[in-house]
Amino acid sequence: MLFQFEKRNSASRALILATPFFAIAVTVLLSSTMLLLQGKSLHTTFFAFFIEPFESTYAISEIFLKFGPLLLIAQALAIGFRAKIWNIGAEGQMIMGAVVASSIPVYFTDSESIFLLPAMIILGALGGMAWAAIAAFLRVRFNANEILVTLMLSSVALQILYYLLLGPWKDPMGFNFPQTVMFQDAALFPPIIFGFRLNYSLIIPLIFTVFVWIYMERRFGGFQLVVGGLAPNAATYAGYSSGGAVWKSLLIAGFAAGIAGMSEVAGPIGQLQRSVTSGYGYSAIIVAYLGGLHPVGIFFAAFFLSVIHIGGDYALVTADLPISSVHIFQGLLLVTYLASYTFVNYRFRSRKAQREYIESSAT
Amino acid sequence: MQNEQKPLLSLSQLTKIYGSLAANDLIDLNVFSGSIHAILGENGAGKSTLMKLVYGVETPDAGEIHWNGQKVNNWNPAVARRLGIGMVFQHFSLFETLSVVENIALTIEGSRPELIERIRKIGADYQLEIDPMAMVNSLSVGQRQRVEIIRCLMQDLKLLILDEPTSVLPPQHVGALFDALRKLQNDGVAILYISHKLEEIRELCDVATILRDGKVTGTVDPNQSTAQELATLMIGRSIPKIDRHDSQNKTKSEVLAIRNLSVKNLDPFGADLRNCNLNVFGGEIVGIAGVSGNGQQELGRIISGEELNSDLNPSSIEMFGQSVKGKGVIERRDLGFSFVPEERLGRGAVPSMSLRQNSLLTAFKKGMLKKGFIQSDRVAEYTDQCISEFSVKASGSSATANSLSGGNLQKFLVGRELCLQPKLLFLSQPTWGVDVGSANEIRRKLINLRDAGVAILVVSEELEELFEITDRMYVLRSGSLSPSMKTSEVTPDEIGEYMIGEKREEMDHAISV
Repeated sequence: MLFQFEKRNSASRALILATPFFAIAVTVLLSSTMLLLQGKSLHTTFFAFFIEPFESTYAISEIFLKFGPLLLIAQALAIGFRAKIWNIGAEGQMIMGAVVASSIPVYFTDSESIFLLPAMIILGALGGMAWAAIAAFLRVRFNANEILVTLMLSSVALQILYYLLLGPWKDPMGFNFPQTVMFQDAALFPPIIFGFRLNYSLIIPLIFTVFVWIYMERRFGGFQLVVGGLAPNAATYAGYSSGGAVWKSLLIAGFAAGIAGMSEVAGPIGQLQRSVTSGYGYSAIIVAYLGGLHPVGIFFAAFFLSVIHIGGDYALVTADLPISSVHIFQGLLLVTYLASYTFVNYRFRSRKAQREYIESSAT
Repeated sequence: MQNEQKPLLSLSQLTKIYGSLAANDLIDLNVFSGSIHAILGENGAGKSTLMKLVYGVETPDAGEIHWNGQKVNNWNPAVARRLGIGMVFQHFSLFETLSVVENIALTIEGSRPELIERIRKIGADYQLEIDPMAMVNSLSVGQRQRVEIIRCLMQDLKLLILDEPTSVLPPQHVGALFDALRKLQNDGVAILYISHKLEEIRELCDVATILRDGKVTGTVDPNQSTAQELATLMIGRSIPKIDRHDSQNKTKSEVLAIRNLSVKNLDPFGADLRNCNLNVFGGEIVGIAGVSGNGQQELGRIISGEELNSDLNPSSIEMFGQSVKGKGVIERRDLGFSFVPEERLGRGAVPSMSLRQNSLLTAFKKGMLKKGFIQSDRVAEYTDQCISEFSVKASGSSATANSLSGGNLQKFLVGRELCLQPKLLFLSQPTWGVDVGSANEIRRKLINLRDAGVAILVVSEELEELFEITDRMYVLRSGSLSPSMKTSEVTPDEIGEYMIGEKREEMDHAISV
């Protein structure tokens, strides 16, 4: 080998910031190639992806509609990821949040109480937390790998959702469609602008972001959590609980995902139905990484990915792209990001340069 | 005479680069059959890397390897073994849950009865007796080493490489190993003997190549040179001897007291602690000698509070006159206790975190928190203080822990704990993998601290170290502590007897019959 990876003495700050942009550039390049091979027009596609989402108030409001849950879940996931606790089942936690929260409007169809919505937020959070708690318990008690457990629990959550929609919770007037009744207004977040789907649930992710920033960047508790996940033995040595790190990061994620799921059923969807998550639970993983696992970075990454989502919808129509193109774009983004991130901690150096460097530093 | 002979193994200009570090830099080395050739150097001088190159575990970046005058390409462990090179690693490569013969059958061909027969025969020839049917986990470290050596001898052995073979042996077993090696030498086998112990090399070896910072600094006849000369080649400067003096102001009350401590270990391969008694007074350094794996880990975790055993008697562990049963790490630290564990990365420090964050890890009570908010100025200040007071070589307080060398990280960790101004300090293997210079500095700091009245407990495998700094010593073997001995009144051989123990001897005997 002419070149060799060499570990940097400390991570390069400039590269941490540059990496997401580099990843986006490479992704655009790779997907352009793919588009050209498909015989699509680059101009139309990228216009649809990056310009059309900003061309109307409606499109912009839709960006922020996506932005909310992505931001909320990604912020929570990043806490765990920093501590190397890999909860990739936010999807399932989101479903359970939506399911548990929906129990109120499903059983109290006529209630117009002002406590309906707050109760649903609390139940949504509890639903997500309960689902994440299963993984936390199995990890702490039996050392069961949380990647597998959370992922598989997502499938279980989906089956529970299907069971409820096809059985006890099915709307009796719904022509046998697998969905619940439409929720009454008291069970819905009011829209920010009348006539658009964007609603006040957006406030929650914004407040949450501030809290996460304070917790992770300023609070000792956040530090202890990261230590507990990164180096359990160091945590025990210092007197922190390492099981606590697993519990905290999973419960925080369950909390956020549960509320995100609740916000969907109490927002744009307005009922519990099969496609309750829109894949936010998985997209949020990409957001968390693209944002460098940092609360501020995640804020921008969530916005960027929301644009891609909406742009993807436009691209389906204007550029006649298949839906999988959007998924490929997202996937490429994560892969190139993770690959480029290597350079934050490592650098390439030719054998010859290395040799010369050592000789020069020796003298 | 040897110089007229052709070298069995010849390395020319061998170079291996890791990152920005040349672990081996243009190494030339000739090894002759029938010679015990020492490779001498400090930790980090490149000894282990060189042996990995010779054994083919690593590929050199430049340079050539010649075997019997022939250049060998595509060097790898399989080729090395075929040529007759055997290696006994510092950390044994045996499966604990398999028997001796099963372990050997993994690399040596032959039917089981055949192998058993050969193991017995080699054992008898070289006085390396071992029960072929014994499970490896039931063997002492010395016996495991025998298994490794026997495994090498079962091939057509031309060159045997031993990496720090005596570091794990009690003094009494060293003689037997040397006898076996001398017999091999007479049979015409070349031996590469890696060590940093000067006396041992002078006793055993007939050539010594000294490495420093990855370069050969000299090849000498160890019997013709004094230990001082060898040390100078090895370190590059002479190390000031520690001014050893006994404790002057020992306090009257016990700072740490362990009484009749017995703990059953849930791990089948771990050691039970049996009726341990130990005390440490202020102003003295107390050592615990013994080979690792005899309960050091278990005892350490109970003293540090990392393991809280609810079955303990309240009086079985006391600090500053009060029972600390059920008191966690942080509560013990509040009392004035401080601890430096043997694993630096992953336990004493979070590898990927900066030195600042690693200060925060244990020193957070030093004004680093205000209502749960981290005071980063204070953290930086504390970290800089540790770095400067303990002359830690780092690119700054934001350097990550894993970017530091072992010695520097250890200095930092000891510094971090000392800056807490503990009244009771517990260190486990304080100079493991630490270069001679740093080790010396650390030891001197400990003596100063003792003179200032601090109670210090040191667990160490290195007898020399314990003799250099302690006032009293215990030996931990099979989970039992020996009676306390005054360092000035005891010899290494006496300590060694405790390390082996009468009972252990009987057990060895029982296994080998």
